Amino acid sequence: MTEILLGAYVFILAIVVGFEVIGRVPSMLHTPLMSGTNAIHGVVLVGAILVCGQAHTTLTRIIGFVAVLLGALNVFGGFVVSDRMLLMFRARPGGRT
Amino acid sequence: MSRVDIIGIAYLFASLTFIVGLRLLSSPVTARQGNRVAAVGMAVAIIATLFQPGMSNYVLIGIAVVIGAAIGTGSARGVKMTAMPQMVAIFNGMGGGAAALVAALEFIHQTNGGSIEAPRAATIALGAAIGAVSFAGSVIAFAKLQELMRGSMFVRQAKYLNGLLVLVIVALGIALVVSSSQWILLVLLIVALLLGLALVVPIGGADMPVVISLMNSLTGIAVALAGFVQNNELLIVSGALVGASGTLLTQLMAKAMNRPLSNVLFGGMGAAPSAAGLELPAGATVREISVDDAAVLMSYSQRVVIVPGYGLAVAQAQHQVRELSDILGERGVQVKYAIHPVAGRMPGHMNVLLAEADVPYSQVQEMDAINGEFPSTDVVLVVGANDITNPGARDDPGSAIYGMPILNVDYAQHVIVLKRSMRPGFAGIDNVLYYNSKTAMLFGDAKESLQKLVAASKAVSMPGSARKEPEAVKA
Repeated sequence: MTEILLGAYVFILAIVVGFEVIGRVPSMLHTPLMSGTNAIHGVVLVGAILVCGQAHTTLTRIIGFVAVLLGALNVFGGFVVSDRMLLMFRARPGGRT
Repeated sequence: MSRVDIIGIAYLFASLTFIVGLRLLSSPVTARQGNRVAAVGMAVAIIATLFQPGMSNYVLIGIAVVIGAAIGTGSARGVKMTAMPQMVAIFNGMGGGAAALVAALEFIHQTNGGSIEAPRAATIALGAAIGAVSFAGSVIAFAKLQELMRGSMFVRQAKYLNGLLVLVIVALGIALVVSSSQWILLVLLIVALLLGLALVVPIGGADMPVVISLMNSLTGIAVALAGFVQNNELLIVSGALVGASGTLLTQLMAKAMNRPLSNVLFGGMGAAPSAAGLELPAGATVREISVDDAAVLMSYSQRVVIVPGYGLAVAQAQHQVRELSDILGERGVQVKYAIHPVAGRMPGHMNVLLAEADVPYSQVQEMDAINGEFPSTDVVLVVGANDITNPGARDDPGSAIYGMPILNVDYAQHVIVLKRSMRPGFAGIDNVLYYNSKTAMLFGDAKESLQKLVAASKAVSMPGSARKEPEAVKA
């Protein structure tokens, strides 16, 4: 139970930080923001690797395999797509014509 | 220091890079760097995880990561900027699915034939359900954006069905806590998938900015819940950050449409208003304009504002629009772009397209910034936008979109609308703008029309150029 309480503590503080940080993102970067946060929740891959690494039956191995696969898709796809998008934004610091 | 401590420090480092990365997104100059900082943190976290004690199945994990990375990287590299919303939707769904499976697998591990504490079982039920809803919802959103699935099937009873499914999920969650049965978890996952389908299937394309934001937020929460189940603070922090971001964007989008979230999810647009509901001024007609006349009109203007909409993305005409604004710029015309918050299919969609075409930021204005400038604007060029320019939303309390903030394009001296046909927009309502005496329509594919406008604008000779144009042209 205390572990869940500690988790709640971290969760609430992170939400506050999240609102603070994300409120500063200008609307023109909202698509990259969405795609960037998308890549960040790909961190579920870490959780997937953990459960897959502890699987000992065929069923759990299959579920673990799919979880890792989906997580990897999310992480790699998310970061690459964001990078491509942001490359276009970075090109013009001031606004050349 | 133990191995577990070092891994914990790696996770802490990764959490920090995510926050710093998001912070760097506050400016286009540092944004790309921010994404890379977060990617480095992610790599550190993933590598550290491989050293967790008690791990096995390395080959299996390796194969899954390689396949996932190959498909993810490949599709991310190949996708066109105009197809970005569906790409984001599908990656989001993958994350949600992974979170649901992680919760399910933890359940199998932790029960191990016996039972587990109630709070833990409840967390698992919630995480699995939210992850599955996000998975199914995002896949449907992808299918709709990719046009694999058409239209907004309006289901009048949708809200009752959704409400019922939520109740069933709650009941199954309670049953899971009491029984610790794997079968109940399986049924719960299936019902949650159904809920995801039932939520998004009735929602039309124009509401997609809200849906994608919401799904993003749901996946974040599902990942945080998976973190609770695994006692993994990295997942909790990351999930909370994404949840916060998705929630902010969802609120922003719903506000920009003047529709509470519940209305987007459960309301549909109400019964399609009958044509009779539209009060047109007596004798209102639609006026067409030729490409040449439109080119002359814009070339002789002082201020032109371009309003891009989803049609610009569909026609992939962002480069043509930039070319036109460059030519007008050379003619001494001041050109600006007006961006409505919900233009396109996801938050910031138009900005990405304009950035791809290298449109200078100084020309791109948000709705609130530019709305005051329309009265002093000579020509507004509407490219593939409809509902966001409909004065009915401002003036006609009977309109289905009444109250939604719009770009006040009808305050300008002239409005030129590039449109495929007279088909009404998403909301299924006619746009009074098209019957305004200031408005002229230029029918056709947006890209072709823009190409013709570019050619015609180049051909317009200006006073002071070699060929003198008769004065009358200006009228």
